[in-house]
Amino acid sequence: MSDPGNIQVQVNGKEREVQSGLSVHQLVEFFDLNPLLIVVELNREILSRDQFKDVQVSEGDAVELVHFVGGG
Amino acid sequence: MGSSEVAVGSAVDVEVAERLRIADREFDSRLFVGTGKYPDNETMVEAIRTSGTAMVTVAVRRVDLDRTQSEGILFHLDPEEFFLLPNTAGCYTAEDAIRYARLARAAGFNEWLKLEVIGDETTLVPDTQATLEAAETLVAEGFNVMAYTNDDLVTALRLEDAGCVAVMPLASPIGSGLGIVNPYFIREIKRRCEVPIIVDAGVGTASDACIAMEQGVDGVLMNTAIATADDPVAMAHAMRLATQSGRLAYLAGRMEAREIGIPSSPTRGMLD
Repeated sequence: MSDPGNIQVQVNGKEREVQSGLSVHQLVEFFDLNPLLIVVELNREILSRDQFKDVQVSEGDAVELVHFVGGG
Repeated sequence: MGSSEVAVGSAVDVEVAERLRIADREFDSRLFVGTGKYPDNETMVEAIRTSGTAMVTVAVRRVDLDRTQSEGILFHLDPEEFFLLPNTAGCYTAEDAIRYARLARAAGFNEWLKLEVIGDETTLVPDTQATLEAAETLVAEGFNVMAYTNDDLVTALRLEDAGCVAVMPLASPIGSGLGIVNPYFIREIKRRCEVPIIVDAGVGTASDACIAMEQGVDGVLMNTAIATADDPVAMAHAMRLATQSGRLAYLAGRMEAREIGIPSSPTRGMLD
């Protein structure tokens, strides 16, 4: 049973249940990530870091949290 | 690690020979290296330092939220020490490459990009049409696009016309280690383009890097050859020397090759 205070969002291709009313910044912290080292795409729109605290995550949102990895 | 600079009292100044300008930026090395496939992060950092490189490539990927893989590369690689060149590796369409490029730029380090749009899964050769299409969009958005491409002259010229700051023809397929399969076209691309030409992909060992530089190109980019060597740090040093060596040999001007033996010692003065 999902908690009524929670919402379903898709994060990095996977359905996740998170608390409703979270800002992007709080979502990033929820996953224990450093906001300075990642880039966030919300429903295909890239967010700048200064938007993280102002933008809220809503039911059904598709969030991508990306970073740099080794590559050639 | 010993010094790899050779003291030469000649017209070719080694340090000057090493310096490379791309767009508005000067680099102190003509060797560019990737950061993938290393056995561990410590070896990667040591190999990259040893290579003397001035630019390292990185890829853009989803964070693994289940933490089964290691953290992002910036935990190990200081962007103050190494100039980062994000790539669009793994993208098969112009649209995807543009998306990855924008994500890379949003990381906030620079406007540079190694544009790569793959067209074939087996050989990983680029989709040159999609590469060109993505290059046009990204140049218009202010990216410094270094475009990975085939050893195809017409595409190289079109990428230059599109405003790419460097054109990067492959030596041979990515990760193949086959070396330069078509030195003639690498030379021709270098002769005909005005932007810097960086041979990217296919280098297997030091002689390949040296041969690439001997064609007169401006630099060489590699990853697998160093990362998957038995001793990546030693191979990084070998690549550094080979890149310098090839550059110097090119600048020194090689002798004419002839399919006949010509004595090096006097033919006169022999005893009866």
